[in-house]
Amino acid sequence: MSNPSQLSKTEVIDRYFLEHRAKLLDIAAFLDRIDRAEGDDGSDFRIDALLECAKQLHSSEIGRTERMLLLLSDSTTEPVDSAGTKGATGAVPPKS
Amino acid sequence: MTYIDPHIHMVSRTTDDYQRMAQAGCVAITEPAFWAGFDRSSPQGFYDYFRQLTDTEPKRASLYGIQHHCWLCINPKEAEDVGFAREVISLIPEFMSCPNVLGIGEIGLNKNSKNELTILEEQLALAEQHNQLVLVHTPHLEDKLKGTLLIMDAVANTSISPDRVLIDHVEEHTVSAVLDRGFWAGMTLYPDSKCTPQRAADIIESVGSERIWINSAGDWGPSDPLAVPKCQVEMASRGHTGALIQKISYDNPLEFLSQSGKFKVS
Ligand SMILES: [Zn+2]
Repeated sequence: MSNPSQLSKTEVIDRYFLEHRAKLLDIAAFLDRIDRAEGDDGSDFRIDALLECAKQLHSSEIGRTERMLLLLSDSTTEPVDSAGTKGATGAVPPKS
Repeated sequence: MTYIDPHIHMVSRTTDDYQRMAQAGCVAITEPAFWAGFDRSSPQGFYDYFRQLTDTEPKRASLYGIQHHCWLCINPKEAEDVGFAREVISLIPEFMSCPNVLGIGEIGLNKNSKNELTILEEQLALAEQHNQLVLVHTPHLEDKLKGTLLIMDAVANTSISPDRVLIDHVEEHTVSAVLDRGFWAGMTLYPDSKCTPQRAADIIESVGSERIWINSAGDWGPSDPLAVPKCQVEMASRGHTGALIQKISYDNPLEFLSQSGKFKVS
């Protein structure tokens, strides 16, 4: 059983708009920062994944966060032979 | 408002943090055994860590009126060496009777490897044998979904009832699967990964407030020991009732943890 939101749509927008406007500008600035930097012009799987996720912002269906997280998840089901590294990158590396 | 932080690594925090948590309403915490940011060089390093969790930390917490409890295990980040992990597991039973030990945790998976899974299964067997509660760490980022599913299957292969297992660090893509299978779910409030206080409040609005709690998982990395009261404030400012806020930050942890028979609040 869910706990319905106590705020109206307008109240949600009034309350959170500026914060999320800033987050979107941060992403644009981040992409510009990459372009201005020296180095390989080839694509990076993490940025490719981020741009794929961004398409969800155009969806009008609830569940955008979950769908983005699924796009960023390893979809295999069998344990891997060895851990290799301890860390995670935040997107699925190629050939994983 | 009074709260319980059911997952926080106080060995990595200062006494100032204890003081601020007490001022913000914290009355009890539980501290799972985890990775220290580096690999211990010997099982003896874990023995000393378990002494710290069962003896030193409760005394430090009590100075601020906070009841300290802990969970013992070898964490998944140091479980790849199966022989080493088994030596650590053999140290655990001697600490199980300590008054603040609530169960086995945070066990789970990190990179979803075969060895990690073997050690997870052996620690589930230990919990089964000693009738202990279980606190589960789910993997980070891209590994979380797969790891969460593998862990739930591993628990299902034991006689442990899912309502005695808390699966932590759930997010939007794992929370429903965890709750649907009868487990408890924990949401960790982190600045850059896992859930923010706002997204945790969104999840409570979407999936409800049964068998779910919030925690800070404050440790030695980017984290906030006051994340639980910040989420309480976020929910209050959205107009949610005091009863709902108390349910996810006090009543639910109290209900799950009391199954240990050892959990106390100040
Ligand atoms: Zn932890």
